[in-house]
Amino acid sequence: MSLPSVQRGGRRAVLALILPVACIALWQWLGSYGFLVEGVIPTPFKVAEAWKVWAFGAGGFTLNPYSGTWWSNLVFSTQRVGQGYLLAILVGVPMGVLIGWSRIAAQLVDPSIQWLRPIPITAWLPFSIALFGIKDFGAIFLITLGAFYPIVVNTTQGARDVDKNLVRAALMMGAGSGQLLRRVILPAALPSVFTGLRIGLGIAWTAVIVAEMVAVKSGLGYVLWDAYYVGRMDVVIADMVSIGLMGYLSDRLVVFVEGRVLTWRRLQSH
Amino acid sequence: MTTAIELAAVDKVYPGNNPVTALWKIDLSIADGEFAALLGPSGCGKSTLLNMVAGFESVSGGALSVYGGPVSQPGPDRAVVFQEAALFPWLSVWENVVFGPKVQGLAPEQYEARARETLKLVGLENFHKHLPVQLSGGMKQRVGIARVLVMEPKLLLMDEPFGALDAQTRLTMQQLLLDVWQQLRKTVIFVTHDIDEAILLADVIYIMSARPGRIQSRIPVDLPRPRNLDTLTDQHFNDFKKRIMQEMRHDAH
Repeated sequence: MSLPSVQRGGRRAVLALILPVACIALWQWLGSYGFLVEGVIPTPFKVAEAWKVWAFGAGGFTLNPYSGTWWSNLVFSTQRVGQGYLLAILVGVPMGVLIGWSRIAAQLVDPSIQWLRPIPITAWLPFSIALFGIKDFGAIFLITLGAFYPIVVNTTQGARDVDKNLVRAALMMGAGSGQLLRRVILPAALPSVFTGLRIGLGIAWTAVIVAEMVAVKSGLGYVLWDAYYVGRMDVVIADMVSIGLMGYLSDRLVVFVEGRVLTWRRLQSH
Repeated sequence: MTTAIELAAVDKVYPGNNPVTALWKIDLSIADGEFAALLGPSGCGKSTLLNMVAGFESVSGGALSVYGGPVSQPGPDRAVVFQEAALFPWLSVWENVVFGPKVQGLAPEQYEARARETLKLVGLENFHKHLPVQLSGGMKQRVGIARVLVMEPKLLLMDEPFGALDAQTRLTMQQLLLDVWQQLRKTVIFVTHDIDEAILLADVIYIMSARPGRIQSRIPVDLPRPRNLDTLTDQHFNDFKKRIMQEMRHDAH
């Protein structure tokens, strides 16, 4: 990296940090001078303290559920998102490629997807609990369902928009339908697929929190609701920050993979 | 001489509320090893004709046969070079060139040596790892030609392959095609609206006219081979060009 680009990057980081730092400072100042109702909005300092205990405090048989349990809850939620999201990809991408490519597949499946899509995942909660009980799979079901729609819709769009001459070129060179889908339609649709993947991931995190608040007894969503009930707003805010952090990091991961997979695309836009 | 391509009273009509007749009663016979150019204004259906031979579009009436057999779908025996090259942007030059043999299920040892030779033939031996986006228009079209030559097709269908290139690059590519053809002697249908290009490259020129698209005349090009870019400034060439231009003007009235 050349020096000017390092400087540019540094300046960008400083600019990006101004707003959050100012907000936190104001928040801390308001709290310190008693402008905030302490039980409702704890100061950033208190939140950091609570988070420290939650993350690094003694775990095991203490009476405090918010001591040393941060990591395990984080892992619970992340695992559920990972599993549900993966399932959504495994179903959504091949289905989208098929719907986008085959008119019969589109006429067969697309209307049903469009009819089911307006039902918010929150509306599926009672149904999911009735079907799967207070178990892991209830949460995974909701995550999969939520992430599935944007993935399948964007993949379909991408598969539909494939350059006609690329398809003709592949057929002319002797590709069969399977090869055409795998070697041409899918790679050509990948930019759209990744758009769907990023939207789907955001919905997956929404879904896991909602599911854990109601349908499971562990994870960041469960802690969020539980801490609220016992009036631990410091833990609630620390939990919110954790969710945001995980959502951000997982999105960066998808963007990183996208960059690796779509090198050709990146070069094209220059 | 065996006949490579035979069209007998072929029509192409696009149905609809206002049916469009793209081609009307086309009779055409191209011999094995012959380089035929389809020359005409845009909208004369020359690309449609090529697409029917390629198997991309169906025939509405009449009979079309390639080496005595009917055409029902695209296939590697009738290789197509597209105007915009139509390379797979996510594959390297090498992967683009071996795409055909690969999807046909050939083992690497059956095509790798040939692919290397072909890339050398079109002057891209040092660009195996490049992505299409890193190549100029002329180089992309070299890949487009290499990836079909590697399949050793009986027939080469070229749809204004140099139409999108600048004048300088176009000349280079024409020379390249002359050299390649001189070596391989494939049967070629070459679609173009450039008179010079048609005369320089072809053994026979079919002049087409529009609305509906039909063949107006068939003109054998009796310029000696091997030809090169000097042919373009030859006296014979100019006489010939004059004749073709009169023929085309004649059509305009």
